[in-house]
Amino acid sequence: MAGSTPVSATVSAGGAPGVLVTPEARRPPISPWQDAWRRFRKHRLAVVCSGILITMIVAVLVGPLFYRVPIDGIDFSVRLQGPSWDHPLGTDDLGQDLLARILYGGRISLAVGFAAMFVAVFVGVLVGSLAGMAGGKTDAALMWVTDLFLSLPQLPLLLLIIYLFRDALTGVVGPEMGVFILIVTIIGLFNWMQVARLVRAQFFSLREKEFVEAARALGASRFRLVWKHILPNALGPVIVAATIDVAAAIIAESTLSFLGLGFPPDIPTWGRLLFDAKDNLDFAPHWALFPGLAIFLTVLSINFVGDGLRDALDPRRVK
Amino acid sequence: MSASTTQARPVPAAVGQRLLEISGLKVHFRTDDGMVRAVDGVDIGVDRGETVCVVGESGCGKTVTAMTVLKLIAMPPGKIVAGSIMFEGRDIVPMSPAQMRAIRSKQIGIVFQEPMTSLNPVYTVGQQIAETVRHHEGLSKKAAYERAADMLRLVNIPSPQRRVHDYPHQFSGGMRQRVMIAMALSCNPKLLIADEPTTALDVTIQAQILELLTEMKERLGMAVMLITHAMGVVAETAQRVVVMYAGKVVEEATVEDLFANPRHPYTQGLIRSIPRIDLAATTHTRLEAIPGTVPSLLNPPKGCRFAARCRYVTEACLAAEPPLVEKAPGHKAACIL
Repeated sequence: MAGSTPVSATVSAGGAPGVLVTPEARRPPISPWQDAWRRFRKHRLAVVCSGILITMIVAVLVGPLFYRVPIDGIDFSVRLQGPSWDHPLGTDDLGQDLLARILYGGRISLAVGFAAMFVAVFVGVLVGSLAGMAGGKTDAALMWVTDLFLSLPQLPLLLLIIYLFRDALTGVVGPEMGVFILIVTIIGLFNWMQVARLVRAQFFSLREKEFVEAARALGASRFRLVWKHILPNALGPVIVAATIDVAAAIIAESTLSFLGLGFPPDIPTWGRLLFDAKDNLDFAPHWALFPGLAIFLTVLSINFVGDGLRDALDPRRVK
Repeated sequence: MSASTTQARPVPAAVGQRLLEISGLKVHFRTDDGMVRAVDGVDIGVDRGETVCVVGESGCGKTVTAMTVLKLIAMPPGKIVAGSIMFEGRDIVPMSPAQMRAIRSKQIGIVFQEPMTSLNPVYTVGQQIAETVRHHEGLSKKAAYERAADMLRLVNIPSPQRRVHDYPHQFSGGMRQRVMIAMALSCNPKLLIADEPTTALDVTIQAQILELLTEMKERLGMAVMLITHAMGVVAETAQRVVVMYAGKVVEEATVEDLFANPRHPYTQGLIRSIPRIDLAATTHTRLEAIPGTVPSLLNPPKGCRFAARCRYVTEACLAAEPPLVEKAPGHKAACIL
């Protein structure tokens, strides 16, 4: 840490090695976040992976604006072709361009991943902080619910919920939006437990900290204590858990789509593409390979970024 | 040099008037082993502009008494069983949490023992001081920052304008304690409770912090309740001393009177166990200590609580608890001798 700001040591004119530091030459105040960023930058793999991740995100957001091939342009004369200049990632059994479909599908997959993460983190922080702050019976009840959710068999339950509610919801807000809301909600609601436990544990240790006591002695209300003093200090592990949640949500969405229970067939999410490709694996492996690679790269990058963030936000863990 | 926005309150004309009057205070804690009577009938008075030291060894109820004044003890398991805490004529004990929040730091400030961990690591010290004054006095962001810088200047932190933007990890222990004092004083409290403010600091810094407290007290005209276990600190800063033992007050006197003529054997023991550098140089006697340990507050002994460790113990001591009575003008002790 020290030594990375050599400007701060102004050596006196006499040339005595680093004795005289002029009063004005000093390190600028470094916030804990800046400090974390400095540590994050040292984690090479995480930096490379955040590069990959950002490229992916930019590609799916901006890509379709430049690569203007329609996602549903059916052309049976070029069906099931491998990569070529016309179709860089090949075509599917209807002759639809795969690159266009992967770029468009990436929007949905990533949007589901991040939205579901926000749902999970919101619920998790809410439950965790309530339990951690209240203690006693409230805590016991909330943790009981958390354990209950952890012990539920998730996949069968997801399938059941989708069967039950898909039609009702798509009737109200349209097929695409309806499925999006449904999937984000249920993936979010099945992934908040880790965050809740984490936040609760953080609260238990932080609320006994002297600075919280000191803030209370200065007249801070309970809400203020939680919002301004405890939560910002508990954020590090939550951010790490959140990145892992994004990856988990992308996988979950792919699984659902692969089982044919996600988005309707005309919306090509990455999982949906894999589902469509599975019957043609023998003679058109590229069809499954590219969406699979997209999922793999994204999830792997997110996990490595999470790894880097953990090291950056929890300095004690660095060896 | 003096802080412009911190209105230096003139030492009130009514010196001698009671600011804080703790009477018959009993604070008990429910534990798995039973009721711990941490504070068991304590009377302490603090006049305006006065420094009162509360001394006693670890576990005698000093800190619990101080924390109870601001109702900072965890309730439950803690409970104020009896007694009243009159602050400016109003009883704090029945006050609601909202009323307590208005009293904290605006009327009564507190400085804790552990400066290293008493500041929130994610905010600059300026933000932390500014937050308090904005919250209590509704100042604008800019004015609050100016007040923060003024407060840092007041507690003698060099280049305060720049230091307000620094994070706690950029301050040393002594400097952090100065920041804590600045924070506690930022809303001009009438009473400052300092709970062993120098215990975690090394000796030279201790002296500086005590000097600072005395200076602040004189400049702002507030009263100080200083909690400590160091008799040296008492001699240096206090006007009046309250000696506590096992949840009770055993002696109360002016500082001169207490050191010249300690009435309670416990106080005598405390004074005898002060290291004497003049004697250590010439003789090779061991440092004197009071034998034994503080009795359990779960089930305090009948009779005088100090009896088991007292060199003058008699039958009468074991039979009934001696009350705190005035032995000489302004000098109370709870001993039958």
